[in-house]
Amino acid sequence: MADAPQIPDEAETRARWGAFAWTAENAEKAKQVIARYPAGRQRSAVMPLLDLAQRQVGAETQTQGWLPVPVIEYVAAQLDMPFIRAYEVATFYTMYNLVPVGRYHVQVCGTTPCLLRGSDDVMAACKNRGMVKGKTTPDGLFTLTEVECMGTCTNAPMVQINDDNYEDLDYDSTVRLLDDLAAGKTPKAGTQNPKRHTSEPEGGPTTLKEMVKANHDYRKDW
Amino acid sequence: MLADKDRIFTNLYGFQPWNLKSAQARGDWDKTRDLMSRGQDAIIEEVKASGLRGRGGAGFPTGLKWSFMPKEPRADRPSFLVINADESEPGSCKDREIIRHDPHKLIEGALIAGFAMRARAAYIYIRGEFIREAETLFAAVQEAYDAGLLGKNAAKSGYDFDVFVHRGAGAYICGEETAMIESLEGKKGQPRLKPPFPAGAGLYGCPTTVNNVESIAVVPTILRRGAPWFASFGRENNKGTKLFQISGHVERPCVVEEEMGITFRELIDRHCGGIRGGWDNLLAVIPGGSSVPLVPAAEIMDAPMDFDGLKAVGSGLGTAAAIVMDKSTDVVQAISRISYFYKHESCGQCTPCREGTGWMWRVMERLRTGDADISEIDTLFDVTKQVEGHTICALGDAAAWPIQGLIRHFRPEIERRIRENGGALEAAE
Repeated sequence: MADAPQIPDEAETRARWGAFAWTAENAEKAKQVIARYPAGRQRSAVMPLLDLAQRQVGAETQTQGWLPVPVIEYVAAQLDMPFIRAYEVATFYTMYNLVPVGRYHVQVCGTTPCLLRGSDDVMAACKNRGMVKGKTTPDGLFTLTEVECMGTCTNAPMVQINDDNYEDLDYDSTVRLLDDLAAGKTPKAGTQNPKRHTSEPEGGPTTLKEMVKANHDYRKDW
Repeated sequence: MLADKDRIFTNLYGFQPWNLKSAQARGDWDKTRDLMSRGQDAIIEEVKASGLRGRGGAGFPTGLKWSFMPKEPRADRPSFLVINADESEPGSCKDREIIRHDPHKLIEGALIAGFAMRARAAYIYIRGEFIREAETLFAAVQEAYDAGLLGKNAAKSGYDFDVFVHRGAGAYICGEETAMIESLEGKKGQPRLKPPFPAGAGLYGCPTTVNNVESIAVVPTILRRGAPWFASFGRENNKGTKLFQISGHVERPCVVEEEMGITFRELIDRHCGGIRGGWDNLLAVIPGGSSVPLVPAAEIMDAPMDFDGLKAVGSGLGTAAAIVMDKSTDVVQAISRISYFYKHESCGQCTPCREGTGWMWRVMERLRTGDADISEIDTLFDVTKQVEGHTICALGDAAAWPIQGLIRHFRPEIERRIRENGGALEAAE
């Protein structure tokens, strides 16, 4: 992709990340991940391990994390696969960041179902905070990306920030959300519409109403 | 209307906990061993008799698909079940609700389906963006192992079966079954040429069946209540219940389980509070996720929402994800945004798709502003026909169909923009 970010200068990243190794906790997790696949098929673990590595880089840099080349090399070596095979996986899938990102990676969904429900307003709220698509704010707090359908279309428009979704947004609730994050608070994940719980119609479900109050067993009506 | 007692996904909205104890109180994992003791062929026959068609979009009969798997797998070539939870089709958000609110239906279904097709293990491939959902799924699988429902002698059935969860990392194309298998093997998710089909040579070269989450999660209930119960809903060849997802310009978007073949009007009026601004304000609907052509208001209003009913209006059921557009919609922009989606998600393997999706999007953007010539509409239509059917997987088709639908139904609107813009037309004269 022409607009895909470039890998920063390699000598510097190598100096910073050349000695990357799993933390004790992640080394254990990596072992468990590899055990999910048949013996000799350890290459299957490349995606989960790249994700784990990105999270470890994120923990070290207080960001969502990214994948410097030496880190990809480390994962490839552990799985006994050529670097280029791991590198092409890292470049193929969009969730691997190939450049550093901010503390919060603000991923606004802009695909048609969100577009119809006002994703432009969500994007405007981000831009009015000084965010620029594909860039990190100078204070290192926010990176803005427009992403493709995130699979929460009945709760559109939505944004995914690091590991959490924030749904049923409008301009004002997006501003509030970003303010809270900037102030170091933890906003409530999921729908931001007070009249909704998850994906039921606003104002309460039209079906399965017994389930709201109690764990109803419908088998007695069979 | 479908009665609550006949709904399969009773915890669809997550008002109650997803954990094993609560799921068992709702009826999951109830005498699973007895269901399995009916025998593998009997289970496949029951699923066939229920009329269940795959819920991932293509609608292939599920029981028939299972029957393609080898009856006696060799020790060095075990069979695998791969469950497609890479829900990325714009408009679709049903598998997410199953995974985060009713994961044990899926896991029990995986065991029964895996047993019926004589598979050694199931891999559930969940899309990377479903981060919290994957956490729930990992935890639910662990619960099942701890309770002896998976692993050696799963659910005391005497059958050994494992379920593993594999997270994707943000690639729509991995929802295509052979791309999913490639991705599971640790490669780029680029579809394979077929044949060989996965049932012959799939994951690690072994026999593999790929099923959608919803197709698998409904199986335990079908076996408990019997094929005739499931087949009592919907029309011939379009049986059962289905999770519908309604997004866009309705008063109250939602996910809801309904009978197949419910009319579009009833679905919207009953569960979504009607179209925003009333039925006269309806412009068009994309009835089955972004890959199917849109249908204008007059044709969709009373169309039955099932495979054949939507085929009859020149579209398809797909994943039953209805994207509703009212008359305030810039319909050219809406479709152009879908074209951008396919440009973004093309895996780059086949030239017609890699080059065509970008080309089609750029022309769509010019049609949106009217900065085009009227003859270019036909050129665009022609190019969509060149892409369609000339690629390894169906992404090329999926990129072509929405544009074909737009031109078929909204050509006057596109021409109006070009005329009003003026410039290009004069240059052509």
